[in-house]
Amino acid sequence: MTIDHRTYADLTAPDTSRMVEQVTAQHARVAARLAGVKACVAVMSGKGGVGKSLATAVLAAAAARRGLEVGLLDADLVGPSAARMSGVDPSGLVVSEDGVRPAVSDAGVRVMSMDLLLDQGAPLAWREPASESFVWRGAQERSALREFLADVEWGGLDLLLVDLPPGTQRLIDLHELVPNLDGLVVLTIPSGASEAAVARSMRMAREREVPILGVVENMSGYACPDCGETRSLFPGDAGTRLAERHKAPLLGRVPFDPRAADLAESGGLSVLLDDTAAGRVLDAVAGAIIEGVR
Amino acid sequence: MKFLCVECDEQMIFEQRQLPGDGTLAAAFRCPECGRIVAMLTNPMETQLVSSLGIKIGGSEVPGQPLELVRSSVVGGREDAFVEEQPDISPALDRTGPSPSVVWSLAAVERLEGVPRFVRGMVKRIYTDYAKENGITEITTDVMDRARSDLGLEGM
Repeated sequence: MTIDHRTYADLTAPDTSRMVEQVTAQHARVAARLAGVKACVAVMSGKGGVGKSLATAVLAAAAARRGLEVGLLDADLVGPSAARMSGVDPSGLVVSEDGVRPAVSDAGVRVMSMDLLLDQGAPLAWREPASESFVWRGAQERSALREFLADVEWGGLDLLLVDLPPGTQRLIDLHELVPNLDGLVVLTIPSGASEAAVARSMRMAREREVPILGVVENMSGYACPDCGETRSLFPGDAGTRLAERHKAPLLGRVPFDPRAADLAESGGLSVLLDDTAAGRVLDAVAGAIIEGVR
Repeated sequence: MKFLCVECDEQMIFEQRQLPGDGTLAAAFRCPECGRIVAMLTNPMETQLVSSLGIKIGGSEVPGQPLELVRSSVVGGREDAFVEEQPDISPALDRTGPSPSVVWSLAAVERLEGVPRFVRGMVKRIYTDYAKENGITEITTDVMDRARSDLGLEGM
């Protein structure tokens, strides 16, 4: 049988299913919400377990301490931790006429994260049909990210930091929703395994023409809290190698400090920034990011 | 998504959407020339795929709510995650002029109280907007059923 009739493109009357119209409206809403955001920067690794979420929370606090209006969007929907790392209270987000007001940390950072919405210990799960969830789960998470961008009352921000989960897919989602993404900060640990995974993420960012503001090597040695001496923690030199290969600046080497997570979760980000070697490096990295997007 | 009446060579027009409540969806399209109606029936997975995009076939009669997809889809949401600032006010509808007040029947209130708190404020606002949009002054369980189907509020 030969199909012999007009195609979709031939039909010029409006699409009365209104699906295209709704998708267009969604993108317009994201753009309108972010119109007051001067710079949107994603923090990415591509590799899990490199301390990215803590580092991002510290960077946000450091930027806020410099007098900037700062937002922190946790795009890690499955393993959210930005609220915890920022020490914010996970209850009572106000729903206004215009959207949902973000939580605000002691440092003044406006935070939105799935960990503000989920019961303690509850995994991210969606109401779903009994099977074939692989078909729609990615679309669902992308839509959730879109709502976090479009429906949160970010207000006027100098800097919106987006904490991306491991892997590369969420950067693609974010870049499609925010085509004028101002830059990407890449985190790695020194090891060769991390270097290989992060290199793939950086290559993908390059292919999408997202500016790479720089590389941060986290857990770059162990800063002994007693003697102050920094010792090697992982073999490798991934930060320098990735920076050289991708012609991006190495923004800093952050020593591992066992007190960092506790300080962040207990609202002690200022102490962390002032009194730890890791905090001082991240403070300088925050300064470099701010300069990079100016 | 467009439907063509091949016999008339006319683009068909979206007519209505129904959610039977079993996860499936029916969307009817009508030929403006011959009046023939065809129904597109989707299985639960296909229905969910469209829903996951945050869109509704045929659009919606009432304004979207903040974090509507997240709040209506997440399982295991915190009971105290949200506080509604003004539970029954929809600015988009208010702009059209004074709206009649809407009351809830006892049975409707009881059903609403069965909705998890994570999403209850949003659900209440959606039903209220729907009632105002359709000139309904009392929200009953029948109205809630109709709104669910008309608005595609599967599971609310």
